[in-house]
Amino acid sequence: MNGSVLPLEITDLRTTLFTRRGEMKAVDGLSLTVGAGETVALVGESGCGKSLSALSIMRLLPDPPARIVGGQVKLNGRDIVPLAEETMLGIRGKEIGMIFQDPLSSLNPVATVEKQIVEVLMTHTELGRGQARVRAHELLELVGMPDAARRLDAYPHQLSGGMCQRVIIAMAIACSPSVLIADEPTTALDVTVQAQVLALLKKLQADAGMAMIFITHDLGVVAETADRVVVMYAGRKVEEASVDDLFENPLHPYTVGLIGATPTPGAERAERLADIPGMVPPLNALPQGCAFAPRCKRVMDRCLTEKPALMAPGPGRLVACFAAERA
Amino acid sequence: MSLLSLRDVRVQFNTAGGVVRAVNGVSLDLAVGETLGLVGESGCGKSTLGKAIMKLVPVTGGEILVEGVDIAPLDRDQLTDMRRKVQMIFQDPYGSLNPRSTVGRSVAQPLVLAGWKADATAERVETLLRWVGLPSDAKQRYPHEFSGGQRQRIGIARALALSPRLIICDEPVSALDVSVRAQVINLLEDLKSQFGVSYLFISHDLSVVEHIADRVAVMYLGMLFEVGGRDQIWKSPQHPYTRALLAAAPIANPRLARARQRAVLQGELPSPLDPPPGCPFNSRCPMAQDRCRVEKPVLRPVANGAQAACHFV
Amino acid sequence: MQRFEFLGRFARNRGALVGACLILVVALMAVFASVFFPTDPLRIVGLPELWPGEDPEFPLGTDSLGRDILSMIVHGARATLLIGLFASAVATIIGVGVGAVAGYFGGWVDEVAMRAAELFQTIPNLIFVLTIVVILGSTLTNIVIAIGIVSWTPIARMTRAEFLSLRDREFVQACRSMGMSDFRIIVSEILPNALPPVIVLSSLVVAGAILFESAVSFLGLGDPNVASWGRLVGDGRQLIRSSWYICAIPGIAIMITVLCLNLVGDGLNDALNPKLRDR
Repeated sequence: MNGSVLPLEITDLRTTLFTRRGEMKAVDGLSLTVGAGETVALVGESGCGKSLSALSIMRLLPDPPARIVGGQVKLNGRDIVPLAEETMLGIRGKEIGMIFQDPLSSLNPVATVEKQIVEVLMTHTELGRGQARVRAHELLELVGMPDAARRLDAYPHQLSGGMCQRVIIAMAIACSPSVLIADEPTTALDVTVQAQVLALLKKLQADAGMAMIFITHDLGVVAETADRVVVMYAGRKVEEASVDDLFENPLHPYTVGLIGATPTPGAERAERLADIPGMVPPLNALPQGCAFAPRCKRVMDRCLTEKPALMAPGPGRLVACFAAERA
Repeated sequence: MSLLSLRDVRVQFNTAGGVVRAVNGVSLDLAVGETLGLVGESGCGKSTLGKAIMKLVPVTGGEILVEGVDIAPLDRDQLTDMRRKVQMIFQDPYGSLNPRSTVGRSVAQPLVLAGWKADATAERVETLLRWVGLPSDAKQRYPHEFSGGQRQRIGIARALALSPRLIICDEPVSALDVSVRAQVINLLEDLKSQFGVSYLFISHDLSVVEHIADRVAVMYLGMLFEVGGRDQIWKSPQHPYTRALLAAAPIANPRLARARQRAVLQGELPSPLDPPPGCPFNSRCPMAQDRCRVEKPVLRPVANGAQAACHFV
Repeated sequence: MQRFEFLGRFARNRGALVGACLILVVALMAVFASVFFPTDPLRIVGLPELWPGEDPEFPLGTDSLGRDILSMIVHGARATLLIGLFASAVATIIGVGVGAVAGYFGGWVDEVAMRAAELFQTIPNLIFVLTIVVILGSTLTNIVIAIGIVSWTPIARMTRAEFLSLRDREFVQACRSMGMSDFRIIVSEILPNALPPVIVLSSLVVAGAILFESAVSFLGLGDPNVASWGRLVGDGRQLIRSSWYICAIPGIAIMITVLCLNLVGDGLNDALNPKLRDR
């Protein structure tokens, strides 16, 4: 692969929900690049557009109501937004893999683990059935499935949540995709199993040099996994920074609020958590100016009428906030 | 006298696959004004224990003393007194309110059942809604008009209605977004300092428990592994499972996260239908020895002043 | 406010709207039958076997005895609709009662109730209705009860399924933790949430009941004092070769009404089924 081509380059992606209650801009001009071997965390609360961004990148939007209305998603240099669904079938699972939140419901309940992995392999590679079965076994070993040989014949319901997620990961990396999208992959798992899955994803990524987008609402998981962080609010990117910069010196008041609202074990016990008043506005009733203005502690007159654009206060940092601009 | 005392509480379920000992001999004390965090992974029995205290599941053994009165053998209609003292907040803000009842009706329910007069009830509902930070017109509206965080506030208002001494919080913030979660945690703490109510705070989220709890009990496959003060548990965990749990919890600080060494605990929770003999943790424990496979450890005082159930600490 | 939304969703289904309008027409016909046709519909008023349109005084013609078919249809609407509604009410009361108790308590109560339901389902419905009517006598009340007895099983199953999924929801647990009695939980907490799909089913049972009653009357076992549409079809069957309109006109009335009830059921389903609601 050409070294100068990034695995994933998203420019001004816009996805709109067309509903009876009007058009809602679920993803409003998202730009994002992910380099080989890099993990970018997409962080935000429910309804911020992070999952729809992932589905847009995969071209898996539920249509209706959701449709990409503009922008580019360049996968290894090729824009996949205008591609036909048939072409996407050959790309999904091969060049770009995805891991979903609920492991059990993303597996076919009536097919064995082996059959599901073999199917992926035979769709995207030249492997014959026999070779694919051998490879399926290798993959299960690779993702650390305990007792892998025996689990090949298991059905999803016979496996625990953690094991199902390992199968999903095995399927997602079966064809060595250059980009992996993980949408809340550990939210449904217990803490100890979450730690196992996070360690596994990190190891697989380092070995294969995959670009990874990690979608989560959990800042603890972000701190553990990400290289770079993109914070989203109401469909827009409000801040982007390296993980260290973001946690040490968050610029956007929303990011500051999120970090303050997350208790940090080991830290001195604060009297109160710094909460953010109010709640995320519904997408069909966004305020005219900055979407965060009604909840913001640093709100100014200008914030109520004008949407702040992203600007770069330092190398590798972006923030969309008038107050942060002035500081 | 403890507000709540559990003595060797047991809850068994007969399922198609066999007997599940969801709560297998738990003894625990909760003092007045205390917040006791009950942590563990899914399937460890922490929610079942909470429901057992509310008598929502049949208690198959042991004593549950609420201010010294054993409620375990009592029937549903003998529990009026206990219900004034103990209330519950549920996990799912979308499921814990009747979608076809107005908020006012839901919040008033415990009062109506306790025989309050209509006008006193209406007045109390107004007060309750104000305490939890909801507008007073909320009472004519239906749950679907509220966000998750607001619904959880409604659930809290309902639990507060009869001024209970103890509120059992079953994963009250797990379904909420980060910023809203902080609001609800702060509300719970405010209510505690205002009314002196105690909490049994059941959660799988260690960072939340560390923030809110005075004491912590760690549960695994129906039994308690470690009980101690919050600082004792976090600064010097004794039981190998507690240590593994704390090591696995993500820390929202990249430098701290990188600095610590993570001994990732292998394996998963064994099936509660077929727990390992002896100590239920022996199948995953890095310290397990022959004795652990035959003899079940009991809670006993350990070095850090807490109690732990392990043969080797 | 909620009611308004409900009407909006219902009206979005065109078929249901048409169905509801036609049902309304039939219902108005039934209510004002004696205003339009003050005389007894079973009185002989003209020549026998006048074809529709032959005599402008009898737009739908006359039957073999010279009775006005239009008048009989209008008066028959009352009997037919009442039988449908009451039979459906009987079926709903039995079905909801059995289903609620079975679903809420589970265990052996559920076993007994569901085995009983299966027993009723194995007996051919029409034969069961005829048997009851023959044994108890051909009165309107007995026919209504008989139809109710054969129609309650699907309602019971539906109610049971709803109760099964609702009884473990946290709001029900909250009620139990407050010490609410089982009866009150069933009636005032779970039932309102379980009713929407049951109402849809009940509206379909009305249509089924009309068909049952027609069949019973067609076979000559209907209440002799009531001129339901089914009886009109039955009365005309001897002349079906020559004056087929005597059968066909009430037949069409039955068909349209049953069709409309099904459309209304569909519309109710759209309006009440939360899965189809946009959020």
